[in-house]
Amino acid sequence: MMMISKPTTMVVCLKGAATGQQQNRNMATLKQISMRLKSVTNIQKITQSMKMVSAAKYARAERELRQARPYGEGVRAFFEKSGATEAVETGDDNKLIVAITSDRGLCGAVHTNVAKTIRNELSNESVESPQSKVFCVGDKSRALLQRLYAQNIAVVANEVGRKPPTFLDASKVANELVQLNFNSGKIVFNRFKTVVSYQTEEVPLLSAKTMLAAPKLQLYDSIDQGVMESYQEFTVAALLYYTMKESACSEQSSRMTAMDNASKNAAEMIGKLTLTFNRTRQAVITRELIEIISGAAALE
Amino acid sequence: MASFLRSTKLVAKLTQGPTKCFSRNYADQMNFTFAAANQIFYANKNIKQVDVPSFSGSFGILPNHVPTLAVLRPGVVTVYEDEGTSKKIFVSSGTITVNEDSSVQVLAEEAHPIEDIDGSAARQVLQEAQSQLSTASGDVAKAEAAIAVEVAEALVLAAGN
Repeated sequence: MMMISKPTTMVVCLKGAATGQQQNRNMATLKQISMRLKSVTNIQKITQSMKMVSAAKYARAERELRQARPYGEGVRAFFEKSGATEAVETGDDNKLIVAITSDRGLCGAVHTNVAKTIRNELSNESVESPQSKVFCVGDKSRALLQRLYAQNIAVVANEVGRKPPTFLDASKVANELVQLNFNSGKIVFNRFKTVVSYQTEEVPLLSAKTMLAAPKLQLYDSIDQGVMESYQEFTVAALLYYTMKESACSEQSSRMTAMDNASKNAAEMIGKLTLTFNRTRQAVITRELIEIISGAAALE
Repeated sequence: MASFLRSTKLVAKLTQGPTKCFSRNYADQMNFTFAAANQIFYANKNIKQVDVPSFSGSFGILPNHVPTLAVLRPGVVTVYEDEGTSKKIFVSSGTITVNEDSSVQVLAEEAHPIEDIDGSAARQVLQEAQSQLSTASGDVAKAEAAIAVEVAEALVLAAGN
């Protein structure tokens, strides 16, 4: 004991000058580490419960989406079979872009992807050509587009995403949309593929005029203006309903993945912080022991 | 004997060109989709006939119907399935699309089998709608109430069947 205490006392003596300062700092870090540890643990608890919630919501959204898929396909069948979608590209003025997002964040890049697609579209427009209007469904798309393209935003629909979208929501949006009097347009949304993947896609939005100009329309029997208008209005609502369902499902699945990743990252941080915490605590204990021992050795 | 016939038919089908097969499919089949926002009834199924109520009058759709577009009126859609059974479904509103390849899409805002409709509840809805129509002020409110009455009348009628 005495034998080895000699060099240790020397070492402690060397360190002695800095001890007061360092000990202070160490004491502080110990407290700081424990505080951080606590907050990270809380964050993990939150992300974990958010993951559970979105998992439950996702299960419901996926079930409802399976119901809505044939619906959306049914609407699009006429577009494809009548060749009306090809007619859209020619009509360039008075375009309308509908962004399907929600009010809620913390769900990966779903909203950013929608906004990015629209931003690319708008940046291609020259200043002198008539500008496209943007219809934002959900606050997130508005927040993402407002800085650069505030003058393009025509209507914003709020309160989206807390509850699963219904046909009533879709018809409210469709009602506003029809009043904008667009010539051609499209809906930008996230198509749900699997739990871990989705794809940002667009579906064409046709006005009654473009529908009447469809190349194969003369094949169709007994069509007049009134029928076409009602048909188009319902089609818009049905398409919106379908895209909202797709987007809601992608959002929930994406949030689930994002929250899962966040929980994993928090767990990793907790592990590292616990290690640092224990190491620092041990260092403090060791130092105190050394001080006592060296003090006792100095007295002898 | 029947299986023999079927196999010869199959051989005949196989020996025919693919285009022939294709056109044959369209000749007596109907690619029928009937979906509502709340439920899906048929997805690309083959059926015999479907009767739909539309604003230009009720009509039946058989395979190879002339392509048309129509708007659904509140009423009962009757679907005659391949097996000979028929199904009656109440629809509130929606669209009918018949395409040239004999695919039919009936899309409704809301649809329920008529067995699920409660007759007394339907009558109550009708009464409420009628009282709303009489008190409604303004064109929009009146039109909305009139639509509600129309749907409720169709509901009562469907429940009575």
